[in-house]
Amino acid sequence: MLKIPVSLLAQAEDLPIPEYQWGDYFFPVQAAEGAAENDFLFWAILWISTLFFVLIVVLMLYFAWKYRRRPGHEKALPSSSHNTSLEIIWSVIPSIILVWIFYAGANGYFQSRVAPESAEDIWVTAQQFSWTFTYADGDSTPSELHLVVNRPVKFTMESRDVLHSFFIPAFRQKQDIVPGRYTYTWVKPTKIGTFRLYCAEYCGDNHSLMIANVTVHATEEDRKAATKWDWDLYAQTDPVKNGQRLFQLNCAGCHKIDGQRSTGPPLNGIWGKQEPVLSGTRLVDEEYIRESILNPNAEIVSGYTTPSQMQSFDGKLNDDQIMWLIFYIKSLADK
Amino acid sequence: MSNAVFIKQHFGHAEKNNYLNVSKGWKSWAFTLDHKRIGVMYLIGITTALLLAGVFALVLRSELFIPGKMFLTEAQYNRMFTLHGAIMVFSFIIPSIPAALGNFVLPMMLGAKDVAFPRMNLMSFYLWVIGTFFLVVAMLTNSLDTGWTFYTPYSIRTSTGVVAATFGTFVLGFSSIFTGLNFLVTVNTMRAPGMTWFKMPLFVWGIYATAIIQVLATPILGITLLLLIAERVLQIGIFDPKYGGDPVLFQHFFWFYSHPAVYIMILPGMGIISDLMAVYCRKKIFGYSFIAFSSVAIAILGFLVWGHHMFTSGQSEVVTLIFSAITFSVAIPSAVKVFNWLATMYKGCISLVTPMLYAMSFIFLFGIGGLTGLFLGALRTDIHLHDTYFVVAHFHYVMVGGTLTALFGGLYHWWPKMFGRMYNELWGRIGCLLVFIGFNLTFFPQFVMGSRGMARRYARYDPEFQIFHQWSTVGALILGAGIVIAIATLVHAVFRGKLCGGNPFGAASLEWQSSSPPSFHNFDHKIVLNDPYDFDSQIYDPDLDSYVQRSFTVPGQEPVPGKPQTV
Repeated sequence: MLKIPVSLLAQAEDLPIPEYQWGDYFFPVQAAEGAAENDFLFWAILWISTLFFVLIVVLMLYFAWKYRRRPGHEKALPSSSHNTSLEIIWSVIPSIILVWIFYAGANGYFQSRVAPESAEDIWVTAQQFSWTFTYADGDSTPSELHLVVNRPVKFTMESRDVLHSFFIPAFRQKQDIVPGRYTYTWVKPTKIGTFRLYCAEYCGDNHSLMIANVTVHATEEDRKAATKWDWDLYAQTDPVKNGQRLFQLNCAGCHKIDGQRSTGPPLNGIWGKQEPVLSGTRLVDEEYIRESILNPNAEIVSGYTTPSQMQSFDGKLNDDQIMWLIFYIKSLADK
Repeated sequence: MSNAVFIKQHFGHAEKNNYLNVSKGWKSWAFTLDHKRIGVMYLIGITTALLLAGVFALVLRSELFIPGKMFLTEAQYNRMFTLHGAIMVFSFIIPSIPAALGNFVLPMMLGAKDVAFPRMNLMSFYLWVIGTFFLVVAMLTNSLDTGWTFYTPYSIRTSTGVVAATFGTFVLGFSSIFTGLNFLVTVNTMRAPGMTWFKMPLFVWGIYATAIIQVLATPILGITLLLLIAERVLQIGIFDPKYGGDPVLFQHFFWFYSHPAVYIMILPGMGIISDLMAVYCRKKIFGYSFIAFSSVAIAILGFLVWGHHMFTSGQSEVVTLIFSAITFSVAIPSAVKVFNWLATMYKGCISLVTPMLYAMSFIFLFGIGGLTGLFLGALRTDIHLHDTYFVVAHFHYVMVGGTLTALFGGLYHWWPKMFGRMYNELWGRIGCLLVFIGFNLTFFPQFVMGSRGMARRYARYDPEFQIFHQWSTVGALILGAGIVIAIATLVHAVFRGKLCGGNPFGAASLEWQSSSPPSFHNFDHKIVLNDPYDFDSQIYDPDLDSYVQRSFTVPGQEPVPGKPQTV
């Protein structure tokens, strides 16, 4: 099996938008363990808050009407300007309620932080502006996270550049991803279906496109079918497909294939053409693509930042893989 | 001099010889040391910042009317919310109430002629101008796109103008420190003889607690921003893991200032509301010492809760637990203030004029802002709600629903004092109503979409959130119209408003014992100290259509020009 480099991947626009599944009014469907506890606490705080809020607003409006200044009522009525026992009561009662909210919140938080021993491991790599998920058997998927229902998963997460945050609303789970260290989170999905995963920490230009789909499968076999990629088979039969897969895993976060400019230039329709570069023009051929992958700063396309924002893939992609990528870009010549 | 003439001269409308016309020419304003003129200049400055940042808000809300692209690219959208946030926070909200209203009112409330350090006060204003200039120019020319929080390592790696913008913010920080230091010394040393701490109006307590935070917390921001510049320019390895730094450290430093800064924004607003409640209910404020102490308690506890911005940042679970616990403790003093305001209304004599309507609007909006803080303080629910529109709605309810509403309430309350003219009551109320409706329509739907999973700072979004975004955009337009009407009504009053006397509302704090507008020296007579919440001390004078302190109305007891005295 080929070792797959993990980095940039597919564009969010290409992802199908899963149908939004309703929960109650304030939430999407409860699709993981802990979601029900979260929603219960939310509603409990909401009812407590509503009670206090209605009390405050009704009293305010009632007083404003009853004691409004009018002929015959041009002076405040005699009343005390402070009342220690009243002031202690309205400090202590809210305090007791707050202690309960704190306790319930902390309790749920620790449950959401500690993964069970039986959890499987999945690696999450976040990079501007895409996600890659690598499974225990070595498969990787770009922009799609595949899970098995009722099977707890521990995520070990790393960022290749800046801060990101792993946020799945249907699972009520969120954890920032910090460059230079690993962060962890876990979920136990309880519902089969497809849900959204968002980047919740601002990470740059296309932050709002850094989205992945989370698909929860009924069985391990279904999941395997979705994550499997037979590199050797396609190497024999259709290497362009391998190239496309590698493109999604590595390049698509910055290079579009619909002619639109992004962090990097679009890669469709450039094959065999003269590309304007800083030193003049350059023919886009096998040699130029190979050079750009291994040394992004060699010939930067006019109008893009210098030095290039792209990292070198020297040592990360092997000769076969570079060849497949060249096949793929060549196949985009007329698009 | 007969009593009536004396009263007309010192407590009536001052057509001549007030602080506005005592000297003429642009130099008399540019180099003025008068706290009142500096306050007015600050007011013009922050209003400009408010309108500018408000326009950016309307642009980005318009873009969000549809899920896909309308007229802004993703990158342009990111620059818009950065412009909106940074100008609003650093150039508008933080200086708004202390530097504009506080400058004008605080020395007069203490019976003083000016602040302790008038030159430093002017310097503070020019630092504000320089800092804002740098910030705005840096953002417009170098298209800053980090958000107002400058989170590392993005702020180190982005090619946009981080250094110039952080320099601007650094200078604005000094402006804030100067104001705070000035007010601390002024309150400590320049109170009128006999005015003890617990005879001060509650607005002074609010400003005093704020000044403590400004002096102690703002230097941390300055140091943090300098380190950020150093990291960008010299790669010294503090915040960027590429050079061995820790990005979460930046968040700790940043929030160590920026959380207390939330109280810089809200405490003066609470002070205003306390005074408005008393004046317009014509009743002694309920639980004076509880309100005063709660301001100080909030200021102190506010230093200990910065970690609640970082529950999902990767900080340790134990630290997270402690920050959550302390966060809940801040809720108590805030709740106590609201209960005290309600108790003040009880059996009061409530005048529903524009400032009082803003005060009631404040209780409604701050109530929602405060209570939604409970969802974010509780750890389990914060994990889900953090960095979603729920948080956006929460802090707008506190900062706009709280601070901006209090600022408008305060402006309408002190406007007759500042310019000697009355605003149009009908238009004042219309503005207040539109601000209230527009604000709720803008931000209430954001709670719902936030808890449904709409992340912040998104230029594009999934279609299920569209209906909430559309409500929000319509609300923002109404809110914008309301703010423009509220400001236009005030501006109209300056030129066309009905002339008014020294104390049209019958307020009892010392700033009202002067003509409107006040003279250059504030008080050209001996002032008479009374309880700032004893409204029986003010007698209505039909000739002036204004109130006068009782002692001055007793024949044969004409107070004489000179230093303040105590009665």
